[in-house]
Amino acid sequence: MATTTMAAALGSGLRRAMEDDPRVVLLGEDIGRLGGVFRVTDGLQRDFGADRVMDTPLAEAGIMGVAVGLAYRGFRPVVEIQFDGFVYPALDQMVTQVGRLHYRTGGTVRMPVTIRIPYGGGIGAVEHHSESPEAYFAHTPGLRVVSCATPQDAHTMIRQAIACDDPVVFFEPKRRYWVKGSVEDEVLDDALPLDRARVVVEGTDVTLVAYGPLVVTARDAALAAADDGLSIEVIDLRSLSPLDLDTVETSVRKTGRLVVTHEAQRSGGLGAEIAASITERCFSLLHAAPVRVTGFDVPYPPAKLEEHFLPDLDRLLDAVDQVMGRQHSLTGWSA
Amino acid sequence: MLRSDVSDGRALPTTEEPPDPELVQLLAPDGTRRADPVYDAWVEDVDAERLLSLYEDMVVARRFDVEAVALQRQGQLGLWPPLLGQEAAQIGSARALRPDDFVFTSYRENGVAYCRGAAPVDLVRVWRGNALAGWDPWAIGMATPQVMIGAQTLHATGYALGCAKDGVDSVAVAYFGDGATSKGDVHEAMVFASSFAAPVVFFCQNNQWAISEPVGLQSRHPLADRALGYGIPSVRVDGNDVLAVMAATRVALDRARRGEGPSFIEAVTYRMGPHTTSDDPTRYADPEVREQWAAQDPIVRVEQHLHTRGALSEDRAQEVKEHAEAFAMELRDATYGMTAPEPLTVFDHVLVQPSAELERQRSQYAAYLAMFEGTSGGDE
Repeated sequence: MATTTMAAALGSGLRRAMEDDPRVVLLGEDIGRLGGVFRVTDGLQRDFGADRVMDTPLAEAGIMGVAVGLAYRGFRPVVEIQFDGFVYPALDQMVTQVGRLHYRTGGTVRMPVTIRIPYGGGIGAVEHHSESPEAYFAHTPGLRVVSCATPQDAHTMIRQAIACDDPVVFFEPKRRYWVKGSVEDEVLDDALPLDRARVVVEGTDVTLVAYGPLVVTARDAALAAADDGLSIEVIDLRSLSPLDLDTVETSVRKTGRLVVTHEAQRSGGLGAEIAASITERCFSLLHAAPVRVTGFDVPYPPAKLEEHFLPDLDRLLDAVDQVMGRQHSLTGWSA
Repeated sequence: MLRSDVSDGRALPTTEEPPDPELVQLLAPDGTRRADPVYDAWVEDVDAERLLSLYEDMVVARRFDVEAVALQRQGQLGLWPPLLGQEAAQIGSARALRPDDFVFTSYRENGVAYCRGAAPVDLVRVWRGNALAGWDPWAIGMATPQVMIGAQTLHATGYALGCAKDGVDSVAVAYFGDGATSKGDVHEAMVFASSFAAPVVFFCQNNQWAISEPVGLQSRHPLADRALGYGIPSVRVDGNDVLAVMAATRVALDRARRGEGPSFIEAVTYRMGPHTTSDDPTRYADPEVREQWAAQDPIVRVEQHLHTRGALSEDRAQEVKEHAEAFAMELRDATYGMTAPEPLTVFDHVLVQPSAELERQRSQYAAYLAMFEGTSGGDE
């Protein structure tokens, strides 16, 4: 067991995947000699060669379409989109090709493409470098969408994603790249499957569902609430499509209260889907209406305003107060 | 050539009128064999018998294409994109390929699919609305045709990069039209192909029309010139000359196999029919121009050439006709013989491992359908 950052854990996961399968190739901008702008692919081109770790022209649709062709040829391409906000030129190929070829061809053509996207805010970046576009992809059939929250999951899940025969959009919470944690070289068959959520804190009063960068925040909220005598169950969703609703349902059947949080804008987001699905399943058991704590329905704001956009510890606790029906909630913000 | 009056910024963009003396041409419209110092050598092996075989392919393609249009008119197919007029471009190029090459096309390349070995039933499956793909791509070395304009050029480029990585000399061929050359995907494909010297052939059928928009709206310069900007050698060839198309394709394939990277072929032809059976070209196409192109017919010139050489006997011509007729009838029978897919197959193959949520939707819908069993509201 070693203690590493999430970025390094992703890098070692990629390395393992490339060692395990010679058909794994990496494509992206600046991933070669530079090692990626976040250094996730550091050293991989040196060790595996420019044929397997390819710096590409600056064209995301091109990268994605070329990955489709490589997958047609039997490769397992791993694409790095440099920043969340740069994925939109590739959206067309992802939605109309990557996610559909298996369905289109009646299961004949598989698209084992992994699309890595550093995402989310909180790093004081310029426009287009802090976005959370996961709902676009979760809404698209044929794409698996996941996000990791710990170095261990980063390492194991990237290996699982690459080994998966379906396309996987892999959202990496960039503001947690430098969070350290212990990382074991897990046997993939023994690890929690890629499409399963994980209960990371057990509790009995409120179910708090988070993923990616906000899992840390949700754990902090559970700790803080415990000081206040409240027992919060925190679920790290991990898989955003398909959703592991069974795990969430099991928890809500116990707690009767649901709070969902994500950085992405609220309307049409994953919080809405989870709240609706759990309400359908658990309506008569709910003590309060589910509450969403999300980014607002605005484009990502300038860095000096992002603290007002991003859900934080206090907003999570406020939502907990709301579902608990507490009289002394923080004021001014309503779900 | 493009009409000169389009460069003044006022005249409407237009299509091209034949003949263009600068195109590579080995068989003139009247069937005369024209000598070419570069391209003759590439079709030296195409003797009368082989030319007859290409002729036969074109006749078959035209015949089943006409049949499919008729089937659409009779309500048996939902839609069909006719290839009428583009037989030489499709057959001449497809017959230059090896089985281990891999083809990525648009939806109009049914002549190419025929050459690759698609069965009649495979050609109509999609157009009857029974499936989203007609054939097994691995079985015939041809990807499922692309509806999104130009997207397949990137797939071909990626596949070609894979061939190079695998150390084989197979080539990927991307078929697309004049309209596609305005798409970012096509330009990005050329950037990637050039930068990595990918063994890919960009085969552009300039049929003058993107539905109702003339080629002059896509480009005020010959399309082949676009490739030059990416450092990709290109050629404009008479797309109605099966021999010239084959020669140009062979040159490009050879370049790719030798590791010298991509090529771009502009096969200049004319879409003699509508964009699809839903289209009405009388609203936009000049019938006089169409008549000029009719005089350039790709099949007639081969026929005349073979007659001149005494290589097309009446018996042989009859055989060709019967073969074409038989294929068309097979296509007709296959269309009529196709049964609608089972309702619950709508849920199949979204993911390799189906998700629990989708399985739930499947069983819920199955239960819903079961409610109608034995009632007059069912789908009996």
